[in-house]
Amino acid sequence: MVGELTWRKRLFGLWLPLALFYVVALFPFTWMAATSLKTNAELYDPKAMPLTIRHPSLVHYIDLLRETNFLTWTANTMLVAVVATGISLLLGSMLAYPLARMRFRGAPLLAITVAVTYLVPQTLLFVPMADLIGRLKLGNTLNAVMLTYPTLLVPFIAWLLMGYFKTVPKELEEQALIDGASRWRAMTRVILPLCMPGFISAGIFAFTLAQNEFLYALLFLSRSSVRTVPIGVVGELIRGDAFYWGQLMAGALLGSIPVALIYSFFVKYYVAGLTAGAVKG
Amino acid sequence: MSRVAEASRAPALEARAHRLFAVARLGEFVERESVFSWLMLTPPLLFLLTFLGYPFFYGVYLSFFRREVAGPATFAGLGNFVTLANDPIFWQSVGNTVKFTAVATVLKAAGGLGMALVMNQNFRMKALTRAMLLLPFIVPTVLSTVAWQWILDPGMGLFNRLLVVSGLATTGPSWLGTPAMAMLSIIMVNTWRGLPFFGISILAGLQTIPAELHESATIDGAGTWNRFRYVTLPSLLPVIFIVTTFSIIFTFFDFQLVYVLTGGGPANSTHLMATYAYSLSMGAGQMGLGSAVALSMVPVLGLLLVVLTLYVRKD
Repeated sequence: MVGELTWRKRLFGLWLPLALFYVVALFPFTWMAATSLKTNAELYDPKAMPLTIRHPSLVHYIDLLRETNFLTWTANTMLVAVVATGISLLLGSMLAYPLARMRFRGAPLLAITVAVTYLVPQTLLFVPMADLIGRLKLGNTLNAVMLTYPTLLVPFIAWLLMGYFKTVPKELEEQALIDGASRWRAMTRVILPLCMPGFISAGIFAFTLAQNEFLYALLFLSRSSVRTVPIGVVGELIRGDAFYWGQLMAGALLGSIPVALIYSFFVKYYVAGLTAGAVKG
Repeated sequence: MSRVAEASRAPALEARAHRLFAVARLGEFVERESVFSWLMLTPPLLFLLTFLGYPFFYGVYLSFFRREVAGPATFAGLGNFVTLANDPIFWQSVGNTVKFTAVATVLKAAGGLGMALVMNQNFRMKALTRAMLLLPFIVPTVLSTVAWQWILDPGMGLFNRLLVVSGLATTGPSWLGTPAMAMLSIIMVNTWRGLPFFGISILAGLQTIPAELHESATIDGAGTWNRFRYVTLPSLLPVIFIVTTFSIIFTFFDFQLVYVLTGGGPANSTHLMATYAYSLSMGAGQMGLGSAVALSMVPVLGLLLVVLTLYVRKD
């Protein structure tokens, strides 16, 4: 009796809802994969079952790599994401360290300002930003996005790192200072190495955000050779009203894989970063 | 000879001592907490002022000018805002943005709470499940949105194919073709993407509730519903509040989903303020008017930020 109750409870309270969440979350990716592996004849056959593949083919992938600049876009995306993440980690920790560990006038106000800047959306800034990039003659260069992405990333990284920096006890730093180390040395040799998980978390977050960015790339990168994957796929695989769904899905899948891979290696850190803001609040 | 050399060395030594002393004093100066702090803070603050502060205030300035992409700017005072106040498409985009944000946020919060409660049980491969369910949130939005566009394709898309194959309908609806369906579709896709953010954050909140609270409630005779109502929900409220506020901000200012999926159509029925600002400034070349649309979103952001700050302070 009790056993049956638990069994039913497990089925309706756990397995069925879990299965539903799985299906909802993942079916678009299945559809992407199925579409990209079918020939056009099968893809547009109204009688074929949509989610099964009768004659798997790599023709869309081959066309994608041969007919478009997809590889260049991938290289651009990686380069931009790495540089933007590097700049943002450097500037973000320079901002976070004093705010988390030093006492000086204006610190609380500055900390709130950083948190507020994180929540100022791109939508408010893109018109003047386009003008600024135009006047700096940076249009159609990767520098344009390498310079502007950190504006989205630095406040968030600083905020996330402040949480980690605060967890290192003050005594460790004081001991280092008594032993004759300078503040700089105490920071680089004692405090920062203890905050590695924070840097990994912030780095992963910044890297995925930089790979996902769309609006600035759309505004600043119109030449094919400097485009990133999101903007290349949307801008060049949708030609007028004609959709090349096979190639589009191949591109969408290939473009998602690097992010998904990096994410899968660092899931723990990603979730820590994601929930830091909400749970610590 | 040697006396002369010694005499001439003395000032040099003195100068060196002075220099060492100066270096030491500079070192001491830099070691001061406030000086060290501001030396560290200056480069990132200069960067943020140049690339965030300046564009923001320049945007405010632009909104007072009539400015075409090529032509010179002419001062218009509040002219752009008057133009917008009389522009039915602007008001439509305001209404769309509010509707889109409200419905999607409620769906994401409710679904996310459900996901968190389901996930907060013991079962095998929990870490893997969490990673898989978070995928919609990780994958580049534009790429998953393109996949959704194909799912919603009226002729050969997955939804309508499944409807036809299963015999539920002879032809499926035009998911992006009518105003009501298009709004429904953008809400659905936004919910699909954002729900895991709620789910995983609320789950993290659930895991901080001490088990003893539930145990003592059970001993006091509380059933499942009462435990949820009087133990779980109150402990979760801070997390839910903060995640919801964040999500409202990101949804209200959303651009890429609508830009890719519908482009604001059909007949402006899915234009959000963000996409309308884009189409005015980049499509029609009216930078001043576009800035004015963007600027009219600032009060909403300000209000949300004030509420958020007050709430965080209260704790």
